[in-house]
Amino acid sequence: MSSKLMWVFISAVFAQVASAQILINGAGATFPYPIYSKWFDEYHRQHPNVQINYQSIGSGGGIRQLEAGTVDFGASDMPASDEQLTKFKRKILHFPTVLGAVVPVYNIPNLAGELNFTSKALAGIMLGTITKWNHPEITRANAGVKLPASEIIVVHRSDGSGTTFVWTDFLSKVSPEWKTRVGAGTSVNWPVGLGGKGNEGVAGIIKQTPGSIGYVELIYAIQNKIAYGRVQNPAGHFVKADLGTVSAAARDQRMSSDFRVSITNAPADGAYPISSFTWLLVPAEIRNPAKAKAIKEFLIWMLGPGQKMTESLSYAPLPREVAAQVAKQIARIR
Amino acid sequence: MTTSSITIGKLGTSKRLHIFINRCKNGDWLAHRITSLFAYTLLLLTALLVIELYRHSGPSIRSFGWSFFITRTWDPIAGQFGALPFIYGTLITSAIALLVAIPLGVGAAVFLAELAPREISDTLTFVIELLAAVPSVIYGLVGIFVLVPGMRDTVQPALKAVLGFLPLFRGPNYGVGLLSAGIVLAIMVLPFIISLSREALLAVPREQREGALAIGATRWEATWQVVMPGARLGIMGSILLALARALGETMAVTMVIGNNPKISASLLAPGYSIAAVIANEFTEATADLHLSALVELGLVLFLLTAIINGLGQLLIFATSGRGTKQE
Repeated sequence: MSSKLMWVFISAVFAQVASAQILINGAGATFPYPIYSKWFDEYHRQHPNVQINYQSIGSGGGIRQLEAGTVDFGASDMPASDEQLTKFKRKILHFPTVLGAVVPVYNIPNLAGELNFTSKALAGIMLGTITKWNHPEITRANAGVKLPASEIIVVHRSDGSGTTFVWTDFLSKVSPEWKTRVGAGTSVNWPVGLGGKGNEGVAGIIKQTPGSIGYVELIYAIQNKIAYGRVQNPAGHFVKADLGTVSAAARDQRMSSDFRVSITNAPADGAYPISSFTWLLVPAEIRNPAKAKAIKEFLIWMLGPGQKMTESLSYAPLPREVAAQVAKQIARIR
Repeated sequence: MTTSSITIGKLGTSKRLHIFINRCKNGDWLAHRITSLFAYTLLLLTALLVIELYRHSGPSIRSFGWSFFITRTWDPIAGQFGALPFIYGTLITSAIALLVAIPLGVGAAVFLAELAPREISDTLTFVIELLAAVPSVIYGLVGIFVLVPGMRDTVQPALKAVLGFLPLFRGPNYGVGLLSAGIVLAIMVLPFIISLSREALLAVPREQREGALAIGATRWEATWQVVMPGARLGIMGSILLALARALGETMAVTMVIGNNPKISASLLAPGYSIAAVIANEFTEATADLHLSALVELGLVLFLLTAIINGLGQLLIFATSGRGTKQE
């Protein structure tokens, strides 16, 4: 009986191996890893002959591995720069997959309700020019809230991260001083503050330190039930980040033809201003025709059934208009 | 065994001897070759490591040269990289760790080896050796959730109140910082010092203790003047091993050091260590110069460890002479 079972098992394993003819390797961003692994897993279940492996080694590593040709596709939280694109021997296409957002989190003892932050206040705090919680730039946006006269302690990510890129990209757009003094990137030279490793490191320090403020990914804040502030968008509204307001930031953007677009500080009324796409980077020419076909089919699936799976993991899906544009680009893979 | 002696018994005496000698000779020869190969592989690995680190830090070495060691800026966006704040943070946290861990560790080892009953000593040593196997991320988590609040609310305000006149204990009190990192490191290296020092103390011959006691020395005098000098080499070795671990520790340090590449006289201020910045920034470094500056930091850490270990060996060499004279 048991040997019979074993044979069933072994033949099942072999059947699996024999039919898994197309193996696709990808590497890159850690931020979308939960949804990507769910997608690849689900896609493999529906298409047993396609197996997609994904290593979440970080956006920088993903771009490098794609450049070296060791993976079939890369994934990044920031679009590849022009300088990086010139280093590729092949043409690379950017495919937005889902949307994420970065939210300000803080620890003020005995504070009821959520704080409103103007973009000026956030930039001033991060630059170290606003040092007390009762600074007029903060109190003006929070009428009726009693803010303490205590020092503001800034907490930022110490590890290179797409989250930091989105946060600093927003600050660069709203503050000329930030743009010239610090700039936008996955790791920057912070004017003030403490560094925590990962979302959990930042959240940990903030939880422990009264008077602190930092930033984490929206998904991390939602899943760990951390209260976060509203941020003023260019239309003048204080917007709370959720799946709807994040998707709204992508909806009205004029999309550049290669999708390398930053959607921070989006002008739309209900748009949350610290939102971003995350991208898959796929070569426009794939030598192995079977692989090319499989990747194209996966991308089409990702835009359809794949997008429906995003909300259960707190990722904002692509707006329909954007998905339609992305679908057109899939045809350019050969 | 019997079968082989029977088969050999059928052969002539001279031939038997010949086979025997050959076998011994070949065995020796083979064992010598194989083990030496293993030993030289280590040397080769180290050399390869240095060569690879040097090769990949090429762009950074060409851009910054020796100024890499004295520059205080670390700005990945502007492409300005200097190692000084990281070297400073690494050395200071390791120094704090040793300052705390050596007296505690050697003291505990003396108790375990000389004073405690055997059963208690063995049980405690077992527990201490378990501590050495705890992953460093656990120490980091305990650091961030237990040590840091304690430091912020109790220890550091007290230090500021009592020793605040020293620049070492001034400035804002965040909880995370060089001092907290040093203390987490001290806790992490303690098991090494205790366990190895205890072994070294136990290895000192019993007769020496008895001799000292017989000529009228107290227990303390026997331990301090006879046993300790005898175990000096082992204790120093344990300290060097602890130092090596402290210099290279990454995860636990980055969780409590504050990760801010600034040089500040205060131990309460946040800092940064070499291993921590490599672990933090390597995965997302996209610019070539950034990546090679991180690799060069790895080379710096390697050199730093080599220099400090070399100095340690020199110290042992210089002091072991006195130890022999006393015997």
